[in-house]
Amino acid sequence: MITLEHVTKAFDSHGQTFLAVNDVSLQVAAGELVVLIGPSGSGKTTTMRMMNRLETPTSGRLTIDGRDVQSLDVVELRRGIGYVIQQGGLFPHFTVADNVAVVPRLLGWSKARRRERAEELLALVGLPPERFARRYPRELSGGQQQRVGVARALAADPPIILMDEPFGAVDPITRKQLQRELRRIQAEVKKTIVFVTHDIGEAFLLGDRIVLMAEGKVVQDATPADLLRRPADTFVTRFIGEDRGLRALSFTDLSELSEPAPAPPPPGALVLPGTLSVMEATRQVSAGGASGEDGFWVSDGAGQPAGYVSFRRFATVLGDTIAADADAAEAEVVGAESVLLGTEPPAPGAGSPGLEARGHSGPATGSPV
Amino acid sequence: MDYLREHPDRVWELLKQHLELVAYSTLIAIAIGVPVGILVTRVRWLAPIVLNVTGILYTVPSLALFAILIPYTGLGFRTATIALVMYSLLAIVRNTAEGIDSVLPATIDAARGMGMTGRQRLFLVELPLALPVILVGVRIATVAAIGIATIAATIGAGGLGRLIFDGMRSLDTDRIIAGALVASVLALLADWGIGRLGDLLRRDLRPASGRR
Repeated sequence: MITLEHVTKAFDSHGQTFLAVNDVSLQVAAGELVVLIGPSGSGKTTTMRMMNRLETPTSGRLTIDGRDVQSLDVVELRRGIGYVIQQGGLFPHFTVADNVAVVPRLLGWSKARRRERAEELLALVGLPPERFARRYPRELSGGQQQRVGVARALAADPPIILMDEPFGAVDPITRKQLQRELRRIQAEVKKTIVFVTHDIGEAFLLGDRIVLMAEGKVVQDATPADLLRRPADTFVTRFIGEDRGLRALSFTDLSELSEPAPAPPPPGALVLPGTLSVMEATRQVSAGGASGEDGFWVSDGAGQPAGYVSFRRFATVLGDTIAADADAAEAEVVGAESVLLGTEPPAPGAGSPGLEARGHSGPATGSPV
Repeated sequence: MDYLREHPDRVWELLKQHLELVAYSTLIAIAIGVPVGILVTRVRWLAPIVLNVTGILYTVPSLALFAILIPYTGLGFRTATIALVMYSLLAIVRNTAEGIDSVLPATIDAARGMGMTGRQRLFLVELPLALPVILVGVRIATVAAIGIATIAATIGAGGLGRLIFDGMRSLDTDRIIAGALVASVLALLADWGIGRLGDLLRRDLRPASGRR
């Protein structure tokens, strides 16, 4: 369990104090995958970097399992937390296997045990060790490098993993694949994961919970379904809706998503016509407010409630689609699955990743470590 | 070429002196220059001072530097070594600092985030990655030292410069050519050899072995 209580981080730049993180309180429960999302400069990366003490809070308390991280040995703390960053983070002079086994090496594991662990993890992330273990990072594609990054974070089996825009630098198809695999791996290993992204689709797809940040503050902290159903304000709506990928959803009918209804809708439950586009349904779901149900019903041509879509599924489909950021003009409407899951997009605005944290690390600014 | 054929022992002896002079001075310069280069990346305000001082040393004409040192350290091998170290420092300090600075911030970030101590980060990540750049500095310094060391003959430090200066005095062109030729070949060999060393030490930089 990671807990932030009124955490603030101030940076000085050009004689002015700037609050990168401003009075943030949040909790990440064990085994939960929480996505921190927001535009550049929203403080999401800095918030994450305080968890493994790459940044020090100016005020407030950050605890892991009840212990204040500032009171812990920084090296030990970091070795106990997996860390994944964009592809530059692999050590270019280490083989893939040595990269994966770097924390075990720091922890003093034997060579044999390290190799065994590296092979096991490479297999888990879909890189056959006999083909990849001895290669160097530059011989790998961007997506393969990211898989190695994920394997490296898992190597010493840490309970917590921090992921800083891990899939931000790969092409959209590969990103989709990596996101699905992370879901699969997470189902297998059940880690506590804090995941930073600026891609709302990715957030919907992966997050058990989404923490939307702007200008150093938490704007909304909710499940994906609640973020859709009950956006806190227009900023949230805009942030969710501005993605071009959503346009693809205007070509898909709700009926294509729905599953057989488990039960007739109780009074007051949300029922939407099956002819509604998914896009329109998103608006209605957002406007419809809380009904107490975990999903909504879909009515057929005769107005009879025939199908059902759970909010979780709805959010996942949205996430999948937005993540793919389909070019609506070229999207062929052949069916929900092919449109929603298989369309081929131009690169979404890759954005400037985690600007707020750059320049505060590494020797360039001479910060002594 | 006649001189080389007629006096191989003499040339061999002078070559050994020359090599000794260059090897000692380069090793000492590495021993001083690499730590200073690392220091400069840790204590930023030192960087301009150190680089200026070593830069100024580099611009002093070698004959003048020998002359300046003689009152303090006398004639001979020691003075020549000190002067050569001074010349070599600039390239080695500057390239060490540049090499370490060229490591990507993301790589440093990963090293810190993985829980490396400062020392582990330096020895496991920064120095190995800076190695090719440092070796370029060593290469430049060595090749320059081989040339400058010929002048050390003027202060009695021996080496291949003896052939050149003796030849000039006795108007023996053959001898001059012999000295110059051997020194040039030595410089070329050193240039090539140190370049190869880099390839051997950084396996990951070698061309990929076919499969990709």
